[in-house]
Amino acid sequence: MFATDNIFKTICLICAGLVGLLMIGFFVQLALSSVGAWKEFGLSFLWSSEWDPVDEKFGALPSIIGTLLTTFIALVIALPLSFVSAFYLVDLPGAIGKILSQALDLLATIPSIIYGMWGLFILAPVMQTHVQPFMVDTLRLGKVPIVGRFLGEDYNGFGFFTAGLILALMILPYICAIMRDIFAMTPPMLRESAYGVGCTKWETAKDIVVRYGIRGLLGGVFIGLGRALGETMAVLFVIGNMTQMPSALFDSGTTIAATLANNFPEAAGIQQSVLFALGLILLIMSFGIQVFAQWYLNSTSAKRGEER
Amino acid sequence: MVFKLHKRETRRGTLTQKQMNSQFNQTEHQAKRRPLRFRKWKDKLVRLFSIFSITLAVGGMAWILFTVISNGLSVIDFKFLTQPSKPYGIPDNGIANALIGTLLITLGAAALSVPPAIAGGIYLSEFGKYSKVGHFIRFSANVMMGIPSVIVGLFVYIILVIPTGSFSGFAGSVALAIIMFPLVMRTTEDMLAMVPYTLRESALALGMTRARTTLCIVARAAKNGLLTGILLGLARVSGETAPLLFTALFSDSWPTEFFSQPTANMPVLITEYATNSPFEEMHAAGWGAALIITLVVLLINIFTRIMFRTRHAK
Amino acid sequence: MPNKVIVKNLNFFYGKSQALFENNIEIKEKKITAVIGPSGCGKSTHLRTYNRIFELYRNQSATGEILIDGENILDPGVDVLELRRKVGMIFQKPTPFPMSVYENVAYPIRLHFKLSKSEIAQRVEESLIGASLWDEVKDKLHHSGLALSGGQQQRLCIARAIATRPEIVLMDEPTSAIDPIATLKIEELLIHLKKQFTILIVTHNMQQAARVSDYTCFFYKGQIMEYNVTNDIFTNPQNKKTEEYITGRFG
Repeated sequence: MFATDNIFKTICLICAGLVGLLMIGFFVQLALSSVGAWKEFGLSFLWSSEWDPVDEKFGALPSIIGTLLTTFIALVIALPLSFVSAFYLVDLPGAIGKILSQALDLLATIPSIIYGMWGLFILAPVMQTHVQPFMVDTLRLGKVPIVGRFLGEDYNGFGFFTAGLILALMILPYICAIMRDIFAMTPPMLRESAYGVGCTKWETAKDIVVRYGIRGLLGGVFIGLGRALGETMAVLFVIGNMTQMPSALFDSGTTIAATLANNFPEAAGIQQSVLFALGLILLIMSFGIQVFAQWYLNSTSAKRGEER
Repeated sequence: MVFKLHKRETRRGTLTQKQMNSQFNQTEHQAKRRPLRFRKWKDKLVRLFSIFSITLAVGGMAWILFTVISNGLSVIDFKFLTQPSKPYGIPDNGIANALIGTLLITLGAAALSVPPAIAGGIYLSEFGKYSKVGHFIRFSANVMMGIPSVIVGLFVYIILVIPTGSFSGFAGSVALAIIMFPLVMRTTEDMLAMVPYTLRESALALGMTRARTTLCIVARAAKNGLLTGILLGLARVSGETAPLLFTALFSDSWPTEFFSQPTANMPVLITEYATNSPFEEMHAAGWGAALIITLVVLLINIFTRIMFRTRHAK
Repeated sequence: MPNKVIVKNLNFFYGKSQALFENNIEIKEKKITAVIGPSGCGKSTHLRTYNRIFELYRNQSATGEILIDGENILDPGVDVLELRRKVGMIFQKPTPFPMSVYENVAYPIRLHFKLSKSEIAQRVEESLIGASLWDEVKDKLHHSGLALSGGQQQRLCIARAIATRPEIVLMDEPTSAIDPIATLKIEELLIHLKKQFTILIVTHNMQQAARVSDYTCFFYKGQIMEYNVTNDIFTNPQNKKTEEYITGRFG
């Protein structure tokens, strides 16, 4: 109709399209820059656990396993906590519920470096002097056959367990916020009918509301997963930064993001290419998780649309 | 069996009066009841657990804030805020260069990302709401918001630092802009979508072009919302550290060579002082910087919340 | 005819605003009592006190007495879980749980009873038969309850409600979201169900009240204006408001 309108629309479309271009650009650039590493080590880079900067032999496995392990610890801790928090926060009486929800939302905005610093100077020493001795020596978990094997007997406050704890605290508010939305959008009549057949609050939550909002809840979990997977600073400060295969939870180790931040300044030549390859691996992992998360969350918002 | 039904009759879908009555054999009815006590205990237990976990989360935050404040407050004085950072041992150490550097980098990021992000948000809300392209862009923006910031740092290192041969504050701005872009775009879309459709129609009915309607009427109506989005984006990126490690890096000088030299900034200063220095004074300076960053981020967030709520209340 | 429920001086509050004023009513056992009145008159609110579902919301409160079999269920010592087993409820819209047809009915049974698998299966069948849904769903018991039609979903909810062997069934405009044919089916079902249960049905459809109920109670602005045998209410209303309402002059 109007020429200006078409120009305007095109400009807007180009700007919006930038985001897609950037996404593709990430893959292309990281792939191109990591060609050297893939040529040198081939696909076995993925499952080699060697890391020897002097001999220039590199493998991604310790970082990958470390990433998965810290993420797993974080999720195991954060999931149940955020689930019950969300469910009861939704129903807390007016002011208290609102204040606590807001406080949790603010928790989510604190920069990760602050978490990292707190972890380095406060949490890690507390872990070393109180928590880990308590778990290993007082509870004697270190001597329990299987558990002890997993915990490990050596501890210095740093390592996978501490990193997982901090990540749990970081992702908790994210997962909690999404779960709160899901719970709040459950039709009140469905809740009432659950209570109407004589459910307790907890039974309503776990049997009815969860089933109703399962895809949204999974979306929330994936969002949290994605954050934990790629978190750099909070992990970097407390993981111990040892490129070695994890053998126990109290071990020092590394994650992909921590390896990148830790080694990049000195890296050159093949090692830099190796780091780009690690970056590509992390990108692919978190891309997959985000796609899943968006898919799940979209399908619940579509369902919500039908309800209206 | 008291409840035995005659199959032939049940198929007809109704029960005779006699059979209906037979269902109420009270003694058996009571004997098979599940005790309520356990279910209630379980409910109470979960409730306790929820109180525990909420306390844990909020308590964790309180602990972090307390640590930052108690360690940081004592360091902050006039000199700290006005002197540039210096290598260990030189007196009058401050963070002024990092403060200015962070300001430049974040404002640069805003300047780079906000215009295209708002245009993109306009596209999503006004033109591409239900189109395939719109869905794809919205989807990729959501995905981009979840991509780890360290990857963004790597990306900008490849496209800017390698070709120019040097770390720079500008590269930091670009990295933060890439993080801000999808954030601001999506909030813009949401905020514009909240503007009632009748407003658009009445403007169009006056013979205004779509472009004019959007920019002068719709965007103006959503002004506060857009500002909220931008502020939240700024708050989000002002504490980002990982991408700056690969782009802006750090320096002890004033940020005079923003486009061609490593530029001082708060997050990397905190990282450097906390991890690469054994000295208590440096740690303390790190806490001071951490306190300032935390306060800025929290205040922006609280401010936007209040602003948004009062606007909603109207 | 024995009274199942006796309500004495029931007052109800949403925060500070009062919604029910001094309701007194005696509900007859194994009869259908229809509750009619213009929207916002408190009929649903009245119904929602019988199983204390209103307690989910913090600012809602009730005073007075509701005696079910002589026991005041508003007494804080009364177990709400058991009360809600005894007093089933059906809502305006069908609310099947997001699980299979079979599970929808089995779930409340498992909640309240300790039964073997086959006993549960039998009760599920009984309940579905009782809600005259069995023939339609017996081949798709393990499909999602949400895949049924609206009328079937509502009957599934009835089956779910009667599965716990309640004594009273509360229905809050159960057919308001359902097409006329399915509505007829549910009305037929109600006639069957009253042999076994005491039924209260809130409806804004006066034909429905006239068709199915034995007693009718007319609410206006939170007060019970008139309560009588349905026939008398519709042919010979005593109260002027009742007459105006049933002749369609307002509401």
